[in-house]
Formats: sequence, C-alpha cells, structure tokens
Amino acid sequence: MKLHNKLKTFRIGGVHPDDHKITAQRVIVPLPLPKSVTIPVTQHIGAPAKIVVQRGDTVKVGQVIATHEGFVSSNIHASVSGRVGIIEEVMDSTGFKHMAINIRVKGDEWEETIDRSEGLVEEIKLDPKEIVARIMEAGVVGMGGAAFPSHVKLSVPEGKHVDYLIINGVECEPYLTADHRIMLEKPKEIVVGIRILMKALGVSHAIIGIEDNKHDAVELFQELLKDEPGITVEALEVQYPQGGEKQLIQALLNREVPSGGLPADVGVIVHNVGTTFAIYEAVQKNKPLIERIVTVTGKSVKEPSNFRVRIGTPVMDLLIAAGGIPEDTGKIVSGGPMMGKAIADLDVPVAKGTSGILLIPKEEATRAEVYNCVHCGKCIEACPMGLEPYRLLILSKKGNSTRAKEEHILDCIECGSCSFVCPSNRPILDYIRLGKTQLRKPKKA
Amino acid sequence: MSTGLLTVSPSPHIHSELTVPQIMRGVIIALVPAVLMSVYNFGWGAIYVIGLAVGFCVGIEYLIAKYLLQRPHSIYDGSAIITGMLLAFNVPSNLPWYMILIGSLVAIGIGKMSFGGLGNNPFNPALVGRVFLLLSFPVAMTSWPKAGDWSLDAVTSATPLGIVKDGLRSGESLPTLMQQMPSYSDFFFGFQGGSLGEMSAFALVIGLIYMLYRKIITWHIPVSMLLTIAIMTGIFWWIDPTRYADPVFHLLTGGVMLGAVFMATDYVTSPFTHRGMIIFGVGIGVLTVLIRLFGNYPEGVSFAILIMNAFVPMINRYAKEPRYGAGKPKQG
Repeated sequence: MKLHNKLKTFRIGGVHPDDHKITAQRVIVPLPLPKSVTIPVTQHIGAPAKIVVQRGDTVKVGQVIATHEGFVSSNIHASVSGRVGIIEEVMDSTGFKHMAINIRVKGDEWEETIDRSEGLVEEIKLDPKEIVARIMEAGVVGMGGAAFPSHVKLSVPEGKHVDYLIINGVECEPYLTADHRIMLEKPKEIVVGIRILMKALGVSHAIIGIEDNKHDAVELFQELLKDEPGITVEALEVQYPQGGEKQLIQALLNREVPSGGLPADVGVIVHNVGTTFAIYEAVQKNKPLIERIVTVTGKSVKEPSNFRVRIGTPVMDLLIAAGGIPEDTGKIVSGGPMMGKAIADLDVPVAKGTSGILLIPKEEATRAEVYNCVHCGKCIEACPMGLEPYRLLILSKKGNSTRAKEEHILDCIECGSCSFVCPSNRPILDYIRLGKTQLRKPKKA
Repeated sequence: MSTGLLTVSPSPHIHSELTVPQIMRGVIIALVPAVLMSVYNFGWGAIYVIGLAVGFCVGIEYLIAKYLLQRPHSIYDGSAIITGMLLAFNVPSNLPWYMILIGSLVAIGIGKMSFGGLGNNPFNPALVGRVFLLLSFPVAMTSWPKAGDWSLDAVTSATPLGIVKDGLRSGESLPTLMQQMPSYSDFFFGFQGGSLGEMSAFALVIGLIYMLYRKIITWHIPVSMLLTIAIMTGIFWWIDPTRYADPVFHLLTGGVMLGAVFMATDYVTSPFTHRGMIIFGVGIGVLTVLIRLFGNYPEGVSFAILIMNAFVPMINRYAKEPRYGAGKPKQG
C-alpha cells in the first residue's frame, strides 16, 4: 500500500463526479485552417471591443481588428489571414447574439512583429508596466472559462498588497484536458510565464495548484522547479470545484476571500495555466491571443482530441476533425459538463474562453423526473460556499430577493454542485441564477 | 451526420447517480436484515403484519393521490413502502388487520398526504400512525408475542423496559429484575420481547452501516442520539445502580436502535445541516431518557422523535453550516 501525505483541498462542500479524462494522453494537434472564421468582439467580461476593420479589408494573422473600449475590455485580433467578410450579429456559445467579424481565409500570412520560432525565450526584458501593457495589447483574457481580461487582474488596486500568485492548473471539470496537455507539452514556457507574472505583480511567491489526477504534470513541474526558490507545485485532492478561484485560495493558502470581495483582498492573484502560456507568448514572442487549446470529447466521440484551434473556428470543424458527430448525440456543450453552456448551433465559433466541446449522449442529455424536496440536505453538504441551496431555490421561486440576499445568494459561484447531487433532480441552480438576476435588475434601472 | 434536435439546458449537464427512488430502494435494502430477524422471531405473524402494512400504505397513498388530490400518484418513489415497513416494525406481530389498516390510514393519510405528500410532512408518518395506535389501542399495542414462538396465538410477554418500569413501581430492586432478563447478547441479536423490527440491534446496525456506506444518511443523527442516551443513562446508573439500568441495557432495548437508525434519520422530518442533525439527535436522546426514567410510559423514543420533529423548522432556521468568506479577511 502506498502511503502519502493527505492532499490539500478546500474545506467546505464539494462533490466527486467521475472525471472521464479520456483525452489525457492525446497530444495536442493543430487543427487545419478553417475556410473562414467568425470572431465575436465580445469574448470577454467587460465592454465589447470596437471594430476597426471594414468589409473587404485584407488582414494578417495577429492584426488588431477590434480595439478595447475602456479598461475592462480586450483587444481582438485576426486569427487567420484573408479578407474581411460580413460583419453582423451572430450567436456565440453563451446563446446571446454579439457583433462578429467574418474573415475568409487566404493563405497563412502573419504580422512580421510576431516571433514564430519555437525556441524558448527566458530573459524577461520588459518592466512591470510594459508587461501589463503588452498583455493588454495582446488581448489576453482568462482562459479557464470566465474570460476576464488579464491586464485588469494584474493592475492591483491602490492600497491592496498582493503577496502570492496562484497558477490554476486544477482543471476540475470532468472530461476537459486542455490545461493538462498544455502543462505537459509547454511546461518551460509556463514557468517563464509565471516569472513574467511575478515580475508584473512584484511578488516573490507563486504556487501551481494541480489536481492529483494529473500526477504526471505535478511531477514534471516538481522536476523543473527544483532550483526555482519562489515557485512551488502543490498536488490537490480530486474534488469539484477545486479549481474555483475561492476554493483554490482556501486549499493552498488557507485564506478566505471575503463575501463580495476579490482575491486581491487577501493578497492573492490567480491565473489559469493556459492564460499563463498565452502571457508567455504575448510578452516573449509578441504573439497576441489568436489560438487556444480545445478538448473535443465525449463518451461516443470516435477521435476524442486536444486541438490547437484558431479563435473563431466553427465548432463544426472541430467535430469533423474528431471523427464526426456520433449518432447518439443529444447535447453539445461548450466547456465542461458542470459549468459549460449547451449550444444550439454548430456554427458557433470557438472563443478565447472555449476550453472544450463535450458531446453528451441522448440518454444523459435530458433531465430526469423531478421529485419534491425530501430535505436530505445534500445540496448544503455539497455547496462549496456553505450556502443553503434548497432555501435559495424556494426564495427565488417566490421572488423574495430581500431574503435571498440575506441568505447570501450573491455568494453563489454557480458551480452546479447542488443541482448535481440533488436526488430529487430539482433545478436548484436554475432558480438561484433567476434569483441573482432579480437582484441585479433594480440596479440597472 | 444529422443529429436531429439538440437539447439546450443550463448547466450542470451531469447528475450524480443517487436519486430519490434509488435512495428509497437503499433504505428498503437496509431494512431487510431487520425483516429477516423479525420473521425468524415471529414467523408468519411478522410476514402478515409487514405485508398488510406495506400493502395498506401503498394502496392508501395511491387512492388518496388519485381520487382526493387528483394528481399523478407517487408510489414509485418507494417512500410509502418504507412507511409501511416502519409502521409494521413499530407494532406487535399479532396486531389485528383492522388496526393495521387504521394505523396505515393515519400514517399516510394524516401523517403524509394531508400535508402534500413526500417532502412536506413535518412528522414522521410511521410514528404518527404508531402513536395513534398506541393511544387508541393501548392493550393490543403493548401485548407482544414471545420471540421465537411462531404460533399465531403465542403467549405474550412484556418487554424488558416494561418489566423494569412495572417492577420498580411495585418496589422491586433492579438487580433482582435483571435476573429475569435474557443476556445482553440475546438483546443484541434480538431475542427479546418487543415490536416487530425493534428488537435486533445487530440487524439494525447492519442496516445503518449499509446506509452510511451508500451515503444515504450521515452519522450525525444516530451517533449523537445514541451517545446522548448512553451518557445520560450512564450518569443515572452511576448515581444509583439499584434504580437505574445501565447504558447498555438502555441502548439495546426498546425502540432506541430502530429510532436512531431508521426513524430519526428520515430526511423529510429531520434537519438539513449537520449541526442541526446533532442538535436534533441530542434532543431525541435527552427526551427519550427523561420519558423512560421519569415518565409514565416505559418507552419514549417515538414521543421523543415526534417532539423533536416539531422543532426541526426552528433548528433549520438557526443551525447553519459555516459559510465561505463569512469571517474576517485573513491576510497572510
């Protein structure tokens, strides 16, 4: 019997869905260039970018086609070379319509300023301010799913002192392996990316948190970081949502982000490993965020794969490359099964935050019969925020926003653990989302 | 390669294996060892009572749903079967059929369906039925056939708790009373007088372990309840062993084990949070001991659970789990 120390984990709630990491050993392959891409100007949290090209313009890979509007926004670059086609509203993976720029692909001509060589560039020449400016310029956003502009996170508000950088390599969503593969295939680049972030933030400690079902990645980083005093690796228990920002901070540093606060309030900034790699490329290679790793997976998928995909590629192209859509497919999800969004249309483009495409068989695609709440308390046991999801459902259903707020409905991170465990199949999270929307409404008016 | 229409729904897109019918099936499986022990002890009487109670409960729920409430019945969720089994477990094996019918009617009709069915009842339905029968038919409900005697007109015997209560009342001392009792190992395996399913701590503990293993229930209610009873009776026993029986006796007799494992842990009528469950378990333990030692009835588990059921909404209001980020921000 193998004896080992108890792995770190978050202390409140959590669930254990089967992890189904079928693509863990599949090497990342570049997806062939699509015929055309559709690049939405809203791929991030914040204001939509302002379109700066016109129909008929010729663009190169890496050229800015939409610029950030204000600070909390992000630049959008052409991910292919070719001619700008129609610019119109299209439905993206969130199910909402946003303006998007279509580009007909012609050749693969890159901006000359981008360093396309394979070599590792270790020396960091830029100073902290220049680093943040470069990251902003390159349109880097959080690639774990939330797509929050990275330069905003790096601009720590006045009066807050950050002493730890956490690199999120947890990938607690079942099925997804994009972060796992990038850690295995680009570890040195990620380490340089971490040094860049540390320099930008002026911190001397960084921790890479990795769930223990990716033990190969843990060992790889342990080996790489032997002589790196400031950066450590921590293997974490396999438990969902270990990769939730607040949960990860609690697991690694035993600090709790106060209700309504930000990680910076407890001296921490968290970045995803995929983002860290993109930051490496942006700063050291002058390469904007124009492609990402996407896991295409599912129980019946013929060739489940990890693809390197240009932003804006239609989901359909990825599905064809993965061996086509299996007969039994009942639902297609952009992202993981716990927090991903079901998509209705296969023309939906891959965005900066698209970590995976999951094909769910028909028999698992629809929800099962709903029973009365039997007061089992499993939703409370599961909630990683220590809330009472059953009560939030009742309050939201009644439209009692005041009481829902008192019960801290706004602390909900929408991880889905409550709905996942509910033996009565009650739509708990659906109602909590509704309740949160009810609370946000009056503020807008 | 057409897939037809795709389902679009909000996350999460996967669900854990455990659903209500599966939980109910799990509880029924957990009840099987106790059923076997009751059949071993009482033979046909046990089969007759359990069969009737389950049949009545399921039938009554079906009829009420269909004709009174006029909505789809919910008997496939399995909860009526469990109520029937637990009601049978709480009555003697020679109870006449019409009393079982009345008990089932009260349990399902008043105890459960009048509140809106599964999930809405404040009191444990089986106990509502049981206590109604105990108050209405005190004699029939307290003459238990002797365990191990399979004949239908078996000699009745008192329960160990009854012997102690009556004996102490008539001025006998506890040590002499205890000599009439079976050994503690007989108590443990269930060779004692009592209601159908409550005698065998052994069989009930197997059920408990199974339910803990399947994660159907948590340890909080049974452990806090049993510990409270052990500690309280232990204190009294230590004060005066000639008047108060020892903790082992209290744990192995009467409805304590059945109550702790199957009645108090009923999801619907117990608190939501672990903290609440502990308060609930301790409350049941304290009330049980007080009724047993100082009350009129020899046994108090049913009353204790029903009384604590009434406190559940209040416990739910105040016994909350620790919340993330509720404390002061910690800066390292």
